[in-house]
Amino acid sequence: MRDTLIELRNITKTFENNVVLDNLNLQVGENEFITLLGPSGCGKTTTLRIVGGFETPDKGQVFFEGEDITDMPPNLRQINTVFQKYALFPHMNVGENIAFGLRISGKSDAYIRDKVRYGLRLVNLAGFENRRVESLSGGQQQRVAMARAIVNEPKVLLLDEPLGALDLKLRQDMEYELIRLKNELGITFIYVTHDQEEALTMSDKVVVMNGGFIQQMGTPEDIYNEPQNAFVADFIGDSNILDGIMLRDRLVCVCDTLFPCIDEGFGNDAPVDVVIRPEDLIVRRPGEGKLDGEVIHNVFIGVHYEMEILAGGFEWLVQSTTSHAVGDRVSLDVAPENIQIMHKPKTREQEAIRRDV
Amino acid sequence: MSKKYCAVPFLVWLAAGTVIPFAMILYYGLTDRTGAFTLNNILAIFQPIHGQALGLSLLLALISTVICLLLAFPLAMILKDSNLGRRGFIIFIFILPMWMNFLLRTMAWQVILEKGGIFNTVLAHLHLPALTIINTPAAVVLGMVYDFLPFMVLPIYNAMMKIDDSIVEAAYDLGAGKSTVLRRILLPMSIPGIASGITMVFVPSLTTFVISNILGGGKIYLIGNIIEQEFTTSANWNLGSGLSLVMMLFIIVSMAALNALDKNGEGNFI
Repeated sequence: MRDTLIELRNITKTFENNVVLDNLNLQVGENEFITLLGPSGCGKTTTLRIVGGFETPDKGQVFFEGEDITDMPPNLRQINTVFQKYALFPHMNVGENIAFGLRISGKSDAYIRDKVRYGLRLVNLAGFENRRVESLSGGQQQRVAMARAIVNEPKVLLLDEPLGALDLKLRQDMEYELIRLKNELGITFIYVTHDQEEALTMSDKVVVMNGGFIQQMGTPEDIYNEPQNAFVADFIGDSNILDGIMLRDRLVCVCDTLFPCIDEGFGNDAPVDVVIRPEDLIVRRPGEGKLDGEVIHNVFIGVHYEMEILAGGFEWLVQSTTSHAVGDRVSLDVAPENIQIMHKPKTREQEAIRRDV
Repeated sequence: MSKKYCAVPFLVWLAAGTVIPFAMILYYGLTDRTGAFTLNNILAIFQPIHGQALGLSLLLALISTVICLLLAFPLAMILKDSNLGRRGFIIFIFILPMWMNFLLRTMAWQVILEKGGIFNTVLAHLHLPALTIINTPAAVVLGMVYDFLPFMVLPIYNAMMKIDDSIVEAAYDLGAGKSTVLRRILLPMSIPGIASGITMVFVPSLTTFVISNILGGGKIYLIGNIIEQEFTTSANWNLGSGLSLVMMLFIIVSMAALNALDKNGEGNFI
């Protein structure tokens, strides 16, 4: 277990009667890459701004290395931020931008010169010191913003959707670059995004948020393979979410069909949410699977075919590398371990799950 | 093709309002009453009375510009941090006097400042000695500041509103305190607005004759007053035009200096 570096305790934040964060608790470990993931308005950016010191929580405390920093202004925190819109200073050149924090902390000219050169090399922009900010592309500006934060050797780097404005190829390059930076520098990254792919690719820990609550926290594999509720299942990757009845341990009824599964402890005849990932559905010949149906839609999307199969009154999303023509009769099957059973939401906290689904 | 014709009204306006009048001023300025070429009207600026008037004009315009700047910049900073409703209200309050007649506003100050005026009545009630402000350069500066302050506030406010909040936050994030943010972010980034504001206060202050007439009681001679008199009472259009040309030269020089300050060239210059 890593040492805890930042702890948010019982954080509540309200903007004009709109509860953005509701009693949020979160721990961030040393040298951890943690991603706050969720749709817009879920409170992820507010959480980040509270850590950065740009918002003060209505209730609750922020701890940094065990010290309460709730009321400490941002300029005194050992935390630097990479902003969504880069926020470079337009009246300074690239070198002056990167040197800004170092000049304030009173470093010597020689130190600053070396550090700026080091920072630019780190983000693959060596020799850009005297360029004007407007002359750079979006990706280059983003990397300058990164260098400007990193040269101050913060303990924590906050990143607010830093790749949002970049095109796909550049974004993928930057993802690898961020992982490399994190490993080279050994600093903690708190990363905010609404892009589940970014979250799964880079993070040690993913925090899925919605409606001001944390829905689930865990490694990318946990989050993807064992979603705890319908919101997480729906938000992370594609999924088929159905109403089901848990007849007894290890047996669930979906679309009037019995499916053996591996979940226990839900009680008998309990209504549940059932999640089956599209790539886990097996397409067989009619009569050979559990549920017969008809292919009603088929698109080739590169890696696989994405089909919609109408079976048991539900349109199943199926991903398969073998194609079945529209109109074909098929039968669906699924391995017991690939069926995820989840409780229906009962409390207000759980009800937030239902929003935006 | 049709776009070309859209420019016609403007070209007519430009000819009638700018080119022809300027040519006439140039002609009158460089000739004497008989129409013969002379530089005397220009050189007349070196006569003590004219030179002093120009010097006083430059000094008072400079003082009022500085006062406007010192009032407007902090106000723009406060406005930047205020919420939307309050910001709109303060701007409205600032612009409100501009909707009132310019002469009326200036004459109101005359009533306030004159010997038995409101200002001195209040002082008397407080058992303070009366102050003679009316008919002094101070009264003229007061009038200039009052009349032209909105022209300083608005461009600086606009420039400052253009500064993205995240840029200010980024500066704090990198360890800057309030004064560093002001010195290294807000001030340099509002320079285009400051430059426009200076232009829009300095030029009318330099050329005004109405304010000095009303609040100077005919005792304060600015270059504008001299020129006005040459055109009206003295009926010496040649001298008036010559002095106008000199004043224009001073304005061009000061604008060029400002241009150098605003390296980005984003300001709106005359």
